Amino acid sequence: MTATTVTITTATTATTAATAPPAFALRLGLARGALETKQFFRSRMQMFFTFSMPVVMLLLLSTIFDYKDPDTGVSTPQIFTTGMIGVGIMGSSLQSLSLQIAGERHLGMLKRLRGTPLPKSSYFIGKIVMVLASSLGQTAVLLAVGRLFFGVRLPVDAAHWLTFGWVYLLGVTSCTLLGIAYSNLIRSADSGAVVMLPMTVLQFVSGVFIVFSQLPRGLQVFASFFPLKWLCQGMRSALLPQAYVHAEPAGSWEHGRIALVLGAWAVVGLLLCLRTFRWKGRKDG
Amino acid sequence: MPTDTAIRARGLRKTYRDGRTRRDGGHRSVVALDGVDLDVRVGEIFALLGPNGAGKTTATEIFEGFRERDEGGELTVLGTDPGRADAAWRQRIGIVLQEAAGFDLLTVEEVLRNFAGYYRAPRPVDEVLEAVGLTAKRRSRTGTLSGGQRRRLDVGLGILGAPDLLFLDEPTTGFDPEVRRQFWDLVQDLRAGGTTILLTTHYLEEAEQLADRVGVINRGRLVDVDSPAGLGGRRHAKAVVGWRDQNGPQRLESADPTRTVLDLAARFGGEVPELTVSRPSLESIYLRMIETEESARPEGDR
Repeated sequence: MTATTVTITTATTATTAATAPPAFALRLGLARGALETKQFFRSRMQMFFTFSMPVVMLLLLSTIFDYKDPDTGVSTPQIFTTGMIGVGIMGSSLQSLSLQIAGERHLGMLKRLRGTPLPKSSYFIGKIVMVLASSLGQTAVLLAVGRLFFGVRLPVDAAHWLTFGWVYLLGVTSCTLLGIAYSNLIRSADSGAVVMLPMTVLQFVSGVFIVFSQLPRGLQVFASFFPLKWLCQGMRSALLPQAYVHAEPAGSWEHGRIALVLGAWAVVGLLLCLRTFRWKGRKDG
Repeated sequence: MPTDTAIRARGLRKTYRDGRTRRDGGHRSVVALDGVDLDVRVGEIFALLGPNGAGKTTATEIFEGFRERDEGGELTVLGTDPGRADAAWRQRIGIVLQEAAGFDLLTVEEVLRNFAGYYRAPRPVDEVLEAVGLTAKRRSRTGTLSGGQRRRLDVGLGILGAPDLLFLDEPTTGFDPEVRRQFWDLVQDLRAGGTTILLTTHYLEEAEQLADRVGVINRGRLVDVDSPAGLGGRRHAKAVVGWRDQNGPQRLESADPTRTVLDLAARFGGEVPELTVSRPSLESIYLRMIETEESARPEGDR
């Protein structure tokens, strides 16, 4: 009699754990996020370069190209600031994250996690939290530099803050998921070029180094398929004066389209993560 | 499925593709496991011995659910096929991997507390720290630990979930003798607490100290399974009696060495010069088993 009761209890708990209730996965994900964030802020070198790289690029670009658009009153350094915020988000999510995960896979860290009951989704959530924390810090630094040196305004009202918020969140989420999926293509921790090359191309065609409206039409169309262009455009809409909308090739901020493209990339990223994510390295069979 | 069996394998096979392509377009394949039958009983320490490349790690990784086995055969680990295992099954197993890496910047305690959260009923972190002797290092970053201390952290992570079945893959590699002794005590305590343990090791002394039963694996096949004292017919093996007489050192293999010694004592009328009686060590039995296997196969059969 007692034995039967025990068996039933065990079976019930087993089912609960097997289905990994979302609340459980989320709680573990947040705990992992806290741990990963702690790890990021303790890694002084990584933090220093993640934070200083876009700032250095911003300062350089702004020194080389510094002129004011007579129609809109917007200066190129202000445009560069919005662009570097976009690059910073993509850099800490897609670029650093895919390299970091490839490294973790290489070191057997992922195999270790695979041997525990940790749900895959908790691991992903942990990475998103860590990227949110690190890119938030970076964005704050860029905004501060832009404001101090180039007169960039913070979002002027609640509506602009809202735009800034959703563009930022959607950008981080989609690029983080893409970064996790992209890590599958990096065979060893030192093949950074697999990430650097596409990132550099996107930076040139998405309105980061060169004002988007001045790019050839073909490159503009090409860039429209990828998230960075929309991320930068969303940041311009949140941070630049309304008058600048006339300089946009579409003549509008295209908020609907920004949400659509970034949202679509988030879905693609999620599907790729769920279907292709490997805990093991290639040599682990 | 009898409840007193933790791991049950029948006809376990694993073939790797060689990577290189043959001229006819097919792939060369390497047989890593060639039909292994194995039972590990609940509550025992089972040691898997074998030379490098014999298939120990492949077998262990299949049991752990890290690798797929070939079609056919049967395998259950804690009543489940590890190839289809879920999180509930992973609640019940503990895996000690070789060398913790990837969290150098976190402290021992931070890592353990985080991992403890993955389990439904983890051992208290303080208890685990004490068990693996890292209490004094709890606030140290894992990157500053010595090799032996890191290894103990690996073990701590393996036992954190209070597993029913623990996999120990060469756990004491790089330990100094004193730490190894402490580790053996820890493993024996775990067994006393009811944990089933599958151990792979290079150290025969370790298998002899810890294991209830030993399985020798060579070229993908399980050559023998027995207690350390009985492996390879060791219990019945002839002892070697040695002494010295006027012609120099003498050796005699004897099935009943006591009688031989009594005969010698009678011959010398008392003390036998330089008398030794030795039985084959686990190591010599093991080496003989591996060698017999090597020579039993024709050279071309590789």
